[in-house]
Amino acid sequence: MDQRIDIDWTSCQAHGLCAELLPEHVTLDEWGYPLVDGGPVPARTLKRARRAAADCPALALKLTAR
Amino acid sequence: MTMTQSELHMPPRLLAPGGTAADLATHGQRYGPLSYGDPAALLRTVAASGLTGRGGAAFPVHRKLTAVAEAAHRTGRAPVVVANGAEGEPASRKDKTLLALSPHLVLDGLQVAAHAVGAGEAHLAVEEGVSYLESAIAHRGDPVPVRVVRLPKRFLSGQASALAQFVGGAAALPSYQNPPVRERGVRRAPTLVQNVETLAHLAMIARYGPDWFRSAGTPGQPGSALCTVHVSGHQPRVIEAPFGTPLHRIVPLNGMSAVLLGGYHGTWVPAADAAQLRLDATTMGAGVLATLPTDRCGLTETARVLRYLALQSAGQCGPCLNGLPRIAAAFQTLATPGPQGATRTDVFRWAGLVEGRGACHHPDGTVRLVHSALTTFATELDAHARGFCTATSPTPLLPVPQET
Repeated sequence: MDQRIDIDWTSCQAHGLCAELLPEHVTLDEWGYPLVDGGPVPARTLKRARRAAADCPALALKLTAR
Repeated sequence: MTMTQSELHMPPRLLAPGGTAADLATHGQRYGPLSYGDPAALLRTVAASGLTGRGGAAFPVHRKLTAVAEAAHRTGRAPVVVANGAEGEPASRKDKTLLALSPHLVLDGLQVAAHAVGAGEAHLAVEEGVSYLESAIAHRGDPVPVRVVRLPKRFLSGQASALAQFVGGAAALPSYQNPPVRERGVRRAPTLVQNVETLAHLAMIARYGPDWFRSAGTPGQPGSALCTVHVSGHQPRVIEAPFGTPLHRIVPLNGMSAVLLGGYHGTWVPAADAAQLRLDATTMGAGVLATLPTDRCGLTETARVLRYLALQSAGQCGPCLNGLPRIAAAFQTLATPGPQGATRTDVFRWAGLVEGRGACHHPDGTVRLVHSALTTFATELDAHARGFCTATSPTPLLPVPQET
């Protein structure tokens, strides 16, 4: 099943690490919060996406199968 | 004047006649005994009725009941049922009115819902200050015990995940919903949250069946709905109307410039367009209809509501926390005659940034209101930019609670 990036908005504190680790999928809005492209994460990027999820200081970035 | 109930050609199904609260004896005489059937048959009956949720989202009730029952089966946990009577929307009175006049119909529906999903506990969530419900419950002897919980009076208290948090002992704040509340809600148990009006309809369907329910409304949207009707100069009133009723039969449109459909997460519609519309589950939200007389400014009204909505943000999600106050302040600029600079562009950009980026739908609903106001009041917006306002009455119209 496709993995997609989902943000737990109640946890996200705009650290911005996700945009550094996954620049092709995540950019930041004018307040520093992630703008996610919403598409499936390709297999070649999955490892980096998992790292972004694990490294998020607020654990707000989730990979969900849906 | 608004139509009276009899002019809508439908005797009210839910509201006790004469505006007098129905006690248990009166309720029993009026509706007769409640029958349940086995849960599978009950689910089939609800599916056949086509009942949808009356809290604003119009989600099919049988699908929610089935999802909760399946989650319970999968996890081995008994589900929790919550009747949602929070009604945080300041312009809506229908749930309070229903609970005041026909509490036993709601409590019947709560038992039916609990039976359908196999719940072991039920909660009735209402706003702080409602006092008579415990005594109504004490008279009943229901198979599933019901606890009344009183929510803080806030716009978002009735949001399903906030409600599930509160019933579970935490603050009434929306939470990240994956998995959704129906799978993991109150104390992580599968949880059915259903609006109190929905439950009242459910109690009627359990008694009289799907064909009776479908004798009102349209084939695509069966049944009736409670509406809170706001007409300038009159107290808001609650009426019950079948889906498909022309809007001009519910609210007067002569002398009006626009109608707010669905409340503060709803849409402004020009009066001429509203004259062609019918009561529709997908646009009526939780049933608020408020008319804007031609002597009032729709931008000023929207700015007041947006300020309220920004203050009601739970402040948990960055885009909502940052975007809503900026949108509200910019809209105040648009509501004031004078130079607007880049304000309109800012509002559109911020609206795009908050939409779909929160744990709950507060930003989405707010943006819906913003976009409809910018479209419906486009001419007035241009007048404001040129330095004048066409409204002659400054009296505020839509109810907005005082800031504390």
